[in-house]
Amino acid sequence: MNTPMRRVAMLVMAMVVVLLAGVTYLQVFKADELRADPRNQRVLVDEYSRQRGQISADGQVLAASVESGDRFKFLRVYPANPHAPTSPEANAPVTGFYSLNYASSGLEKAEDQILSGSDDRLFGNRLFDLVSGRNPRGGNVETTINPVLQQLAYDQLTSQNLTGSVVALDPRTGAILAMVSAPSYDPNLLAGHDGAEVAANWKRLHTDPRSPMLNRAISQTYPPGSTFKVVTSAAALENGATINDPLTAAAGLTLPGTNTVLHNYADERCGPGDTVPMIEAFARSCNAAFAQLGIKYGADALRDTAEDFGIGPDTPSIPLPVADSTVGTIPDAAALGQSSIGQRDVALTPLQNAVIAATVANGGVRMQPYLVEELEGPDLKTLSTTAPTSPGQAIPPDVADELTQMMIASEQGTTGAGSVPGVQIASKTGTAEHGSTPKQTPPHGWYIAFAPAQNPVIAVAVIVEDGGNAGLSATGGKIASPIGRAVIEAAVQGGQ
Amino acid sequence: MSTPEPSAEDTAFHSPPGGFAPPPQTKSGRTAELWLTLFAIAVVFAALVIVEVAMEQHLTWDLAKYAAAYTVLMVLAHLVIRRFAPYADPIMLPIVALLNGLGLVLIHRLDLADEETQAFLGHPAPSSDANQQIIWTLIGLVCFAVVLYFLRDHRVLSSYSYTLGLAGLVLLIIPALLPARFSQVNGGRNWIRFAGFSIQPGEFAKILIIVFAAAFLVSKKDLFTTAGKHVFGLDVPRARDLAPLLVAVVLAIGIAVLNKDLGFALLIFGTILVMIYIATDRASWLFIGIGLFLLAATAAYFMFDHFQQRVEVWLDPFATYNTSGYQISQALFGFATGGLAGTGLGSGQPNTVPFAKTDFIMATVGEELGLIGMAAVLMLFAILVIRGLRTALAVRDSFGKLLAAGLAFTLAFQLFVVVGGVTKLIPLTGLTTPFMSYGGSSLLANYILLAVLVRVSDEARRPPAPPARRNPTPIGDAPTEMVRRVE
Repeated sequence: MNTPMRRVAMLVMAMVVVLLAGVTYLQVFKADELRADPRNQRVLVDEYSRQRGQISADGQVLAASVESGDRFKFLRVYPANPHAPTSPEANAPVTGFYSLNYASSGLEKAEDQILSGSDDRLFGNRLFDLVSGRNPRGGNVETTINPVLQQLAYDQLTSQNLTGSVVALDPRTGAILAMVSAPSYDPNLLAGHDGAEVAANWKRLHTDPRSPMLNRAISQTYPPGSTFKVVTSAAALENGATINDPLTAAAGLTLPGTNTVLHNYADERCGPGDTVPMIEAFARSCNAAFAQLGIKYGADALRDTAEDFGIGPDTPSIPLPVADSTVGTIPDAAALGQSSIGQRDVALTPLQNAVIAATVANGGVRMQPYLVEELEGPDLKTLSTTAPTSPGQAIPPDVADELTQMMIASEQGTTGAGSVPGVQIASKTGTAEHGSTPKQTPPHGWYIAFAPAQNPVIAVAVIVEDGGNAGLSATGGKIASPIGRAVIEAAVQGGQ
Repeated sequence: MSTPEPSAEDTAFHSPPGGFAPPPQTKSGRTAELWLTLFAIAVVFAALVIVEVAMEQHLTWDLAKYAAAYTVLMVLAHLVIRRFAPYADPIMLPIVALLNGLGLVLIHRLDLADEETQAFLGHPAPSSDANQQIIWTLIGLVCFAVVLYFLRDHRVLSSYSYTLGLAGLVLLIIPALLPARFSQVNGGRNWIRFAGFSIQPGEFAKILIIVFAAAFLVSKKDLFTTAGKHVFGLDVPRARDLAPLLVAVVLAIGIAVLNKDLGFALLIFGTILVMIYIATDRASWLFIGIGLFLLAATAAYFMFDHFQQRVEVWLDPFATYNTSGYQISQALFGFATGGLAGTGLGSGQPNTVPFAKTDFIMATVGEELGLIGMAAVLMLFAILVIRGLRTALAVRDSFGKLLAAGLAFTLAFQLFVVVGGVTKLIPLTGLTTPFMSYGGSSLLANYILLAVLVRVSDEARRPPAPPARRNPTPIGDAPTEMVRRVE
């Protein structure tokens, strides 16, 4: 019996050797491939303990990682700056949040590769850190945000407890100077390492009926109301209309093929005569006149011009994903009349409405909006700079000039507080009905503008949801324009 | 190694009556065992402290509780051996103590990770599995002591071989007969569950069937080594000589396959095959066995869906990453992340592998202790098995030889099936890692197995009784005694 027993002992040793060979293959030869597998969450967890890069705006830190002293090594913080005003809540739509248990959003998500240091462009840095024994660090993201404007716009909304959004662009480049959504949230609440606390905060933020985590600037679309008359006018002007063409001055227009009457605001006549020049109808924002204008030039003209302004599917990211804006379906002339004044199925993001203002400001050349100025390595060395790009000439320069004239006239006729001494603003307000019972629901107030009118450095779009504090009598002029003007004032006087 | 000659000392030199000095004492090895056990305890202490520090725990009385309970249990186990099996192999207990202790540390480590996860989700902390495992260790060691106390001579077992074999089969059948709610856990019907208590009878049946096989093979040894035909140069044994054993094994495997307990079926099959080979020294059995295995595996592949699924998961676990391949994929990620030196105890993410505490505990070893740790644990098992086989070589009676060899080999084979399974070397079959995995049945059964091995090794290493004690028998009355078999 001993001879076969010795052979069995050899077999046992052979089995152990085979196991060792298998484990060696797995842990040494196959290891790199398995480690690099995107499904390997262990690598992610590893990234939590790497110092993540900063998100900054004009030299101010919006997000940074500091040593936490616990097993995750670093805590993501969104600091408030006591010297220059910037608060984590105001910046939240830009930075997003970075959480151990709830993934991430905003730039934290969109530029994760750079921030975490796993981007290929940072390979050299990683290698150097490995060789020098230093803990690998992530790269930095410098945004286009002007922190002063960002905070100002946020304060304008929150000081009156408003729900809404402000987007400010540099019309010459498309750089996003401010992107605000209110109410907002403090991303620090989700970045903590105390899981139970973070879970409670998450639950609270997600069940809050005011949706503080919704980025209204780019993720939400609203009916643009009268601000859409800019697009309707552009379509008409492109197709041979002039700013002095006579339009109906009647208080209402019966939509073709229906008994529905489309009324002017407060059912007022648009001036004393039977007709009114287009520029005056624009300044007074007469619905009947623009429904008539839209119907005259047809759905295709409106649709084409809207598309040239960037309204349509496949909206490019900034690099945050942007919801698509749409003019909706326009099946007949009646629908076209309603769509021409920015009602029915027309829906724009505040960013898109800012792009419309910026395009007019920029002589008709539409610039692609962008949020990232520059990507930097951990050593602050520039990896890439965003070059402004243009999808093309949306409207001819002379049409842009005519629209500017009309918007200057509109600004002069607009009520609402605030004016910027010595600076000519071109703007359009909008008061958009929405909901299932539009006449009983407080309207959204819009204000899109750019300034200075002759040499624009800023274009803004402001929306205040549900009438702000003015209820049913709210208009874009009353509730949105003061906020827009305040932002413009700060931008123009701040040397922008 | 050859069987020691009982009379070697007497014939080495002639001493005058009364002798010059007492005969040289054979070393019992108990002192070595104590030191090795204390060393194992020290290693486990260190591992526990590393886990606590790495996982940001404060050194608490909880920690002291684990350490103290473990230390007391292992020292008591040593004292039990010292009292009831004083000549037992001195290496086995320290290795088992180290494996069991390391298992405890890993289970505690996974407990902490679970607590963290639950805390993240805002749930209350789950109950500690390490506490439970300590209790199982206590019960396992009580069984260990009971076996050593009552089983003073392992040969007694051979007198009850049929009873024990039958008991093993009955244990196996019970879950198959019970309604699924009393027997099913995670798809396999190989449990007996009642009143919040559950056991896996297969773990115990394994030992009983090995005992039966050893006794049976010894009783029929002469018969099937002589009879048989020659086919193609191979000695084909007569099947009917082995009929009772074959019936038992086929029944056991059949029940296991029906219960979807493929690991157990494979384990019993391999172990019994090797025992038959040892008993008969006929390689033909191995070829027949492997041929049958291939046939059965092929048939099973086409007959059972879950069998096919296992093979598919084995071939490409990432193809079904979100469903059946998830577990093995996570284990592979863990091994890869561990690499050569591992992430360090408490610094990896082994809790992402489902069933990390039971079937996949070796994945935790691979991730946190790396290839080096895997090699160390595999070598510990290898030494334990080789000590068992040495015992088999050294013990004088055939039953003891076969019993020790069967028990030792079953440990080795189980290790192979488990580690091969979690490293994707072979298809995965649900088995526990002996002495390390969380689970009462496995721990209890393996401590009983260890007790039997210790008992046999005590017999093997016990010095012969002093000749003076023998009653001189007149040569004419002396029974015929076989001194040595020529094999």
